[in-house]
Amino acid sequence: MSASGSNANPEPVIAMSGVAVSALSDPARIVAEGIDWAVQAGDYWVIAALQGGGKTDFMLMTAGLMAPAAGQYKLFGEPMPIFDEARLRQRLRLGLVFDSGQLLNHLTIWENLALPVRYHLDLSAPACGDQVQAMIELMELQPWAQSAPSAIGRNWQKRAGLGRALMLRPEILLIDSPLAGLDLRHTAWWLNFLERLTTGKIPGLPPITLVVTGADFRPWQGRARQFATLRQGRFAVLGAWRQVETAGAELWRELLLGAPARD
Amino acid sequence: MSEGKVNVLETPGLRRVLLRGPLPPRLAHLLGRKLLRFLLTIQGLGAFLLITLGVMVTKFRVAPRLIWPACAHEIGRAGVRLLPMFLFISAALGLLVIGQAVSWLTRVGAIGYLGSIMVIVVVRELGPLLAGLLVLARVGSANVIELGTARALGEVEALEALGIDPVHYLVVPRVAGLAVAVFSLTVYLIIGALASGYLWAFLQDVPLRPAAYFAQLAASLRWLDFALLAIKTCAFGFIIAVVTSYHGLAQPIRLDEVSRATVRAIAQSVVLIMLIDALFILIYLSV
Repeated sequence: MSASGSNANPEPVIAMSGVAVSALSDPARIVAEGIDWAVQAGDYWVIAALQGGGKTDFMLMTAGLMAPAAGQYKLFGEPMPIFDEARLRQRLRLGLVFDSGQLLNHLTIWENLALPVRYHLDLSAPACGDQVQAMIELMELQPWAQSAPSAIGRNWQKRAGLGRALMLRPEILLIDSPLAGLDLRHTAWWLNFLERLTTGKIPGLPPITLVVTGADFRPWQGRARQFATLRQGRFAVLGAWRQVETAGAELWRELLLGAPARD
Repeated sequence: MSEGKVNVLETPGLRRVLLRGPLPPRLAHLLGRKLLRFLLTIQGLGAFLLITLGVMVTKFRVAPRLIWPACAHEIGRAGVRLLPMFLFISAALGLLVIGQAVSWLTRVGAIGYLGSIMVIVVVRELGPLLAGLLVLARVGSANVIELGTARALGEVEALEALGIDPVHYLVVPRVAGLAVAVFSLTVYLIIGALASGYLWAFLQDVPLRPAAYFAQLAASLRWLDFALLAIKTCAFGFIIAVVTSYHGLAQPIRLDEVSRATVRAIAQSVVLIMLIDALFILIYLSV
């Protein structure tokens, strides 16, 4: 199945053709295959799959951390994955937020956020202080700025992971299961923040193309603009919310109502 | 029981089994597995060592404001923090080993060889070897645990997602820190051991003036001793950093595998340190 978010821009920022995704832990195991997918600048995608459905491996492959097992994947027209230094800037136009934040435990929250700019722009800690402080405030992490990641709750670790990814001002942001394990207050914060992020309403940040994963479409109704599923090793683009509502009963049972699919 | 199904545990001895003909399948498989694992480890370590060297050279000027303070931090962690322990070890080494050597040389009237013996035992062998093994125990093991845990928790993938080379950020500072630390600590260990050794001899009323003692030491030392001491200790630090980083970082690892990786890394580091030491003995003997 082939689809794209919109036809206004002929050059997709992400273009996959016949892509197969292998598991990071076992490269011989294929978790999804036959993926034909195009993401246009400004899209806001939600990809839903059940636990163990291959969401994380799909996001890692899309972020360029591993090569597709088959097929062709281009990011801004450049073949992925990009491992060479010469094209690193191209890859950094895309950011990845991990499921648990994946913060570096030997650094404080402040140091975690400062790390990407310190490395890529060769800045001393004081030189990037204002930039980091602004992101800390945007993420509402002020009370934990000098704490170790292990000393704060998972809700806040995820926010710190988001802040760290935004420090490099990516044009595309992949967010793996942002709502998993969050309480209602944090869930509302994430949904509102991502909506403002994709529409360019965050001061100092341009509108960002978003691709998020989740186990359930419902929180994203009226917010995300494109929907897709990853089920039984197959990636299927559904389109807008209207298409989700008219999707098959099995999909509804599995992803919307939380009931297991019938064999 | 047919010959093909010989149970190694039931045979009178390994020697008899080996002399009778082809290896029993179980023993052959065991040896084959061990050999294969050994060769794969050598290959992996060699590749990781070359990658680390390559990154050190090609990324020398990348992010110096982040990497160089990290190197300084590692020097502090592996070197300065271990200084009190090394001062204690050097005093003990001087009192227990060197002091006794001085005492016995005096009794047999061979005190004239003191300088040569001190240089061979302490400067060339015991000092660097002891420093390397102590740093391996204190810092090398911590390296594997830290890096293995980071790898298991997905921190390496996080660095890669941020476009940060994990070898550059995590391994290079450790290599620099450990190489400098082992060298520095060896120098302190040698100085401390020689000084405390003389103190022990003085307390035993050995008729040897400080000037004569240090003159003998100076006469026995050659420029080669200083050069090879620096190269050998830096090589020890480099090997400790590379082997421990390899086992913590280079392969996917689960949290429950970190302890086994630590044991493997320490054992392999000890073997490699001994091999490097043997190589330097050959160099000393040939020059």
